[in-house]
Amino acid sequence: MVSPSVMRRRGSHLGASVLRPDGGPKAKGEFAFSSDMWMDGMLWGRTLRSPYPAALIKGIDVSPALAIPGVRAVISAQDVPGRKTFGLERADQPVFASDVVRYHGEPVAAVAADHPDTARRAAAAIRVDYEPLEPLVVAEAAINAPAIHPDGNVFRHIVIRTGDPTAVGDVVVEGTYEVGMQDQAFMGPESGLAVPSLDGGVDLYVATQWLHADRDQIAESLAMDPRMVRVSLAGVGGAFGGREDVSLQIHACLLALRSGRPVKMVYGRDESFFGHVHRHPAKMWYRHHANRDGELVNVEARIVLDGGAYLSSSNAVISNAVCFAAGPYRLANAKVEGWAARTNNPPCGAMRGFGAVQVCYGHEAQMDKLAAELGMDPVQFRLKNVLRRNDKMITGQVIKGTAPVEEVIRAAVSHPLPVPLDSSAEMMSLPGGAGMTADISDVRRGVGVAVGFKNLAYSEGYDDFTTARIRLDLSPQGEPVATVVIATAEVGQGFVTLASQIVRDLLGVDQVVLAPAGTEDIGSAGSSSASRQTWMSGGAIEHVCMMLRDSLLERAAGELDCPSSDLIMRDGEVSRESTAQRVSMTSLLAAGPLQAEHEFHHAKTQPLGVDGQGDAMLSLMFAAHRAVVDVDPDLGLVRVVQVTTGQDVGKALNPVQVTGQIEGGIAQGIGLAVMEEIVLDEGRVRNPSFTDYLIPTALDVPEVAATLIEEPEPGAPFGAKGVGEPPTISSGPAVAAAIRAATGLDVTRVPVRPQDLALRR
Amino acid sequence: MLREAVSSEAGAGAGAFEPVDPYSIILNGTERVVEGSWIGESLLYVLRERMGLPGSKNACEQGECGSCSVMLDGEVVCACCVLAVDAADSEVTTVEGLNASGLVDDIQSCFVEAGAVQCGFCTPGLVVAVHDLLGRRPDAGSLEVREALSGNLCRCTGYGRILEAVRLVQEKREDG
Ligand code: FES
Ligand code: FES
Repeated sequence: MVSPSVMRRRGSHLGASVLRPDGGPKAKGEFAFSSDMWMDGMLWGRTLRSPYPAALIKGIDVSPALAIPGVRAVISAQDVPGRKTFGLERADQPVFASDVVRYHGEPVAAVAADHPDTARRAAAAIRVDYEPLEPLVVAEAAINAPAIHPDGNVFRHIVIRTGDPTAVGDVVVEGTYEVGMQDQAFMGPESGLAVPSLDGGVDLYVATQWLHADRDQIAESLAMDPRMVRVSLAGVGGAFGGREDVSLQIHACLLALRSGRPVKMVYGRDESFFGHVHRHPAKMWYRHHANRDGELVNVEARIVLDGGAYLSSSNAVISNAVCFAAGPYRLANAKVEGWAARTNNPPCGAMRGFGAVQVCYGHEAQMDKLAAELGMDPVQFRLKNVLRRNDKMITGQVIKGTAPVEEVIRAAVSHPLPVPLDSSAEMMSLPGGAGMTADISDVRRGVGVAVGFKNLAYSEGYDDFTTARIRLDLSPQGEPVATVVIATAEVGQGFVTLASQIVRDLLGVDQVVLAPAGTEDIGSAGSSSASRQTWMSGGAIEHVCMMLRDSLLERAAGELDCPSSDLIMRDGEVSRESTAQRVSMTSLLAAGPLQAEHEFHHAKTQPLGVDGQGDAMLSLMFAAHRAVVDVDPDLGLVRVVQVTTGQDVGKALNPVQVTGQIEGGIAQGIGLAVMEEIVLDEGRVRNPSFTDYLIPTALDVPEVAATLIEEPEPGAPFGAKGVGEPPTISSGPAVAAAIRAATGLDVTRVPVRPQDLALRR
Repeated sequence: MLREAVSSEAGAGAGAFEPVDPYSIILNGTERVVEGSWIGESLLYVLRERMGLPGSKNACEQGECGSCSVMLDGEVVCACCVLAVDAADSEVTTVEGLNASGLVDDIQSCFVEAGAVQCGFCTPGLVVAVHDLLGRRPDAGSLEVREALSGNLCRCTGYGRILEAVRLVQEKREDG
């Protein structure tokens, strides 16, 4: 909704592939990440974690740790002065386990010492007397099992009912599907530096997704006024949902306050696997009905998410899972039931795609089954049933925004297919890659297509907002400078680029400075998650630019002695068309700086009511993927050859950054399909390392071709939708479909493991 | 280590570590003396925490991700897997040293131009790896580039823009 009285500059910044302002420093290794911080007299913090997934704690003796020279502080649950628990939705997770341990890796104590090795040995020297318990590790069983937490074992149970859930079609297909536990595996490990301040408070520099949520949870546990806790963003090495919950924040602050010294904490990779939540494993049962002519009639589904030991954002994840369970298709009749259950597995929460990823494996496998049963082409079958604008979702919500589902599908399948497999293919490019294990005559190729969708920003009536302030001033050289104060976490997504693009475009100021993001000087920006920051922080900045524009026009009106409605602003100056008079921003700012602030809220959404019905979503994002895979059936190895996609972006404000989100998101989708799983054995994590938890390398990712579908979203700042999550939703299901096509196997579980294919499990 | 944290580590000795004798490393062309270092410190730790060179990153400290890549006597190594004392009297070149040499300016600018930098945590290691690769194999084909960079994990980009950046460097270097 750019006001007509602001004209875009020639060579407009929005919509152009403007380069990241932090790209140069990052490429040079000069950008300060949270693990790079250093301070004189700084100590190193270290957490002691439970080796058991379920145990009673009979006693903790920290004296052996305190006796080690160089150890400056040792803390456990009894040293938490305020609230002993934390949590995003509800504080159900102990800062330190005190009497009971509920997952493998749960923090029990922490130490601070002069040297990281001393801290490590001191943590190991703490004596904890555990009485191991039988862990509760199966989510379906947990629903009716004795509670392992005072809040019970069911985080949330939701039922969506619409139309006639008993409606029967000519064709019925059924299936059960399973999704493993995926890790965000961001490269920059959890890290932060806590510094006790002179006023008795604490300053924390940390890599996070949501500064103010961290601050509030820290303050509660420290029993401190939130203003005494100042949280600043330190360089973030990726996030993908894994930094939305508190990890070391409270521990580091407690250690700093206890020792009176700055305390740095940096998780090693093994600890990082224990230090943040993961993607919920899912078990799903589906039954679909369709008519002979290929029209979907009814969907029945039951979905169980394993939330692990603590709530985190499970309530929102299960809500997404049920709301998107039917896929982006018209379904007059549905009954979808979902549970998020508490177990003694590691806690699960936010990860890119957030509930929509898991169910996409289910609904898309079902679409292929139905198409096969009907003898229809799977793409044509989908096209016949896709949601369009003004259609109803199974939640009863009528889609008021854009819904170019047909367009994304057509775009994904219209890219040329890769060259066919032939005997001249290089071994390295075949399944097994550098292992050179493939026998080309056995390798089989398959193609699969999948479609997914998801909500943008927070849903179900959550009052989501971002605060922004901009100050317009003259530099010492007399040039206009805009300083943006906003607490948005730049986690790699390129928000810093976009923020400058918006300000340059709307105010015509070349020099745009983003003040360091922190809690001290501005209200919350919300989380860098749910693909929401382009809309929310972008919208907040847009609004403040408009306020400043009005002030500039007013000043100019005074100077030119005319009504401000006669004036327009373009290229950083105000002009009066009728008289060709102009006033530069420099001269307007000579009268003094201008400043404006705004708290931007998105349009209200509704809670889900009876039968899971309600207008719970702000906006929807769609994408389709086509995957081509080669499979070595003897060894059960898969190589993804190509992924093509059509993605609904509203408007691409920075096409190179959008492409980066698409390619990166697809790599994570493929990872879940064929490589990535946190392997659990009775609640114990067996592979907390990059040696054993494999993420895609440059040899594992395929060629990607993307088409951006640009249909501006009504009500969205600049018409832009978020772009981060859709690439991770249907890319993996397309790979699973391609593997089915190549092998003829059902492939009901991801990640697909070699034994699933080679042994035809 | 964490898996059995209590049972296997509780018995670890409780005394303070003693620093080893000072040793020197030829770091980015200058001899630097490392003092007060403990025997078990990795080269990565010494670079980042003792020498004030945090450009080499610490994504895994297990030799799996390449974010800590440096040149040790001309070979690319994972600094996390080299004991710092083993690098005594050797020549170590970090990304900071490469910056000063001017040899990687084009790699870095092509990374930015191509959109190969998102969070950037993998980037310094990749710059070292690409510098090494193109020094040895200036016209490496795309599969060879993928293989050469497969020891450098990136979680943000899906590698598409990184491969594009390498192609851009090759193109520019070819045009002289
Ligand atoms: S930090 Fe050295 S290889 Fe990962
Ligand atoms: S840019 Fe984030 S890990 Fe590569």
